[in-house]
Amino acid sequence: MQCSEFVEKVKNNEIDIVEHTHKVIEECKKINKDYNYFNVVSEELALVQANKLKKLINGKKADNKKLLGVPVSVKDNICVKGVESTAGSRILKGYKPLFNATAVENAINQGAIVIGKTSQDEFGFGGFSVNAGLGFKIPKNPFDKERSCGGSSGGAGGLAQKATFPHIALGESTGGSIACPANFCGVFGLTPTYGIVSRYGLIDYGNSLDKIGTLGKSSNDAGLLQEVISGYDEKDSTSLNVENERYTEYLGGSVEGLKVGIIKEAFGKGNEKAVENQVYKGIETLKEKGVKAEEISLEMPIKYGLATYYMIATSEASTNLAKYCGMRYGAAEKLRGSFNEYFTKVRSKNFGDEAKRRVILGTFARMAGHRDAFYIKAAKVRTKIINEYKKAFKQFDALISPTVPILPPKFSEIEKLTPLQNYMIDSILVGPNIAGLPHLSVPIGYDQNLPVGMLLTGDHLQEKKLLQLGNLFETTKFHSS
Amino acid sequence: MNIDRKLLEHVAEVARIKLSEEEIKKFLPQLEEALEFFSKLKEVNTDDVKPSFQPVELKNAMREDKEKKCISQDDALSLTEHKKDGYFKGPRAV
Repeated sequence: MQCSEFVEKVKNNEIDIVEHTHKVIEECKKINKDYNYFNVVSEELALVQANKLKKLINGKKADNKKLLGVPVSVKDNICVKGVESTAGSRILKGYKPLFNATAVENAINQGAIVIGKTSQDEFGFGGFSVNAGLGFKIPKNPFDKERSCGGSSGGAGGLAQKATFPHIALGESTGGSIACPANFCGVFGLTPTYGIVSRYGLIDYGNSLDKIGTLGKSSNDAGLLQEVISGYDEKDSTSLNVENERYTEYLGGSVEGLKVGIIKEAFGKGNEKAVENQVYKGIETLKEKGVKAEEISLEMPIKYGLATYYMIATSEASTNLAKYCGMRYGAAEKLRGSFNEYFTKVRSKNFGDEAKRRVILGTFARMAGHRDAFYIKAAKVRTKIINEYKKAFKQFDALISPTVPILPPKFSEIEKLTPLQNYMIDSILVGPNIAGLPHLSVPIGYDQNLPVGMLLTGDHLQEKKLLQLGNLFETTKFHSS
Repeated sequence: MNIDRKLLEHVAEVARIKLSEEEIKKFLPQLEEALEFFSKLKEVNTDDVKPSFQPVELKNAMREDKEKKCISQDDALSLTEHKKDGYFKGPRAV
């Protein structure tokens, strides 16, 4: 059942929202035992919310709520008031925010029920969710427990697939962290234009890259939550002051005459054939519906995107993580030694390996003597990447590529990779993230019973076109048990 | 890009991270490989190109300079055990 249908049933009292929420929480706990999709299941909060909504429904005061009673999971790096929010890091263990992130607040105002905080790579530092922080569990792929969910919003992707109840996940992407797990878990993953969702209450990774978005079983679900969480917010100085779109209204409309560009450099070397075959089939489906497709060369983002992304992202991360020092909130130690000794002790003990590596890389890239060659250079290449995309969108409504080059890998295969080889999983995804462009990973098919995703990238603020095109693939089978 | 033990320890110290012997041995080749790869940005001609620090153009975002309600002192202090007389307590400064 799509979430919009579920909302109608709740409004009409065909579903008892409190009873339903109880069942949902039980299922979440059961799934979590086997798959590790949650860092916290927020049972108490969910039931309080359900009871509140029930009163509103009985008083006929809930008819205008777009997400009435819909269970929404929240990636652990997005703050939920009173619920432990750690971004998957031991350094934030015990941190219970005093406020809701704006995206969460908007969802709750529209009747969403927060069911828990989903597992992820520590601070979003990874593409396979295997870089969970110290003491955190790694989410397992819903199709094969020996394989990765993708990352960094791994728990969100896994739950979006595995939940048998209506559910939409709030995820976050810095360099591909929504599309990658959506791909590996066989669901829709929408990363919106940079700035249309407030970052207030998001535990920062890279401020100029972080975007809160959605994952769901259908383009309708992903679009529904996206339209609710978007909107200008004066609490975020990078929030875009643009009119809110009602994405769900565009779904099902004709796509005839739309023009898509097939990114030449995203095909061929390095891709698994199974992935390409499914994407080519997807392109044929689009053509059958009257979409025009042509090849386009986008050398700059594919060839230099990864290096550009990592220099900018680690630079920003190294400044953002400077605030975690064992004071004010999160992990703490006995107050011994000087300030620097104390900070160093807390940080060295509580950051995981990848967090340490990225902080070190970013600190290096910003240091006197290296700054111009690395950080500033990357910011200049970023301009060239943005310009190349902008030029392409003069000609095309959307760009097409595989989301990731491979089928979901086994954990035993990931273990053998060096950090740099790990980074390569996002080779296609970093481009739209660097340029702040909306992108949608569409589940287009299966190979060896493992899901394959196709990536649709649009110009700034053109989410609606992506959802409209993605909606054509809505018939994809779901594997929920 | 050459990164040696001395440079790694220096950068880590600046970032307030103390690396164990084991971490140094593990991270050195990993960081060297990554930086070598990132160095390929040198190939790109960026003469007369301005850096982008944001993906979309943002004009000065200002808010009115007015006092507003914010979290209370008690709430702010509620998340740590290190506090005294209504203030956060840190390690000794000197």
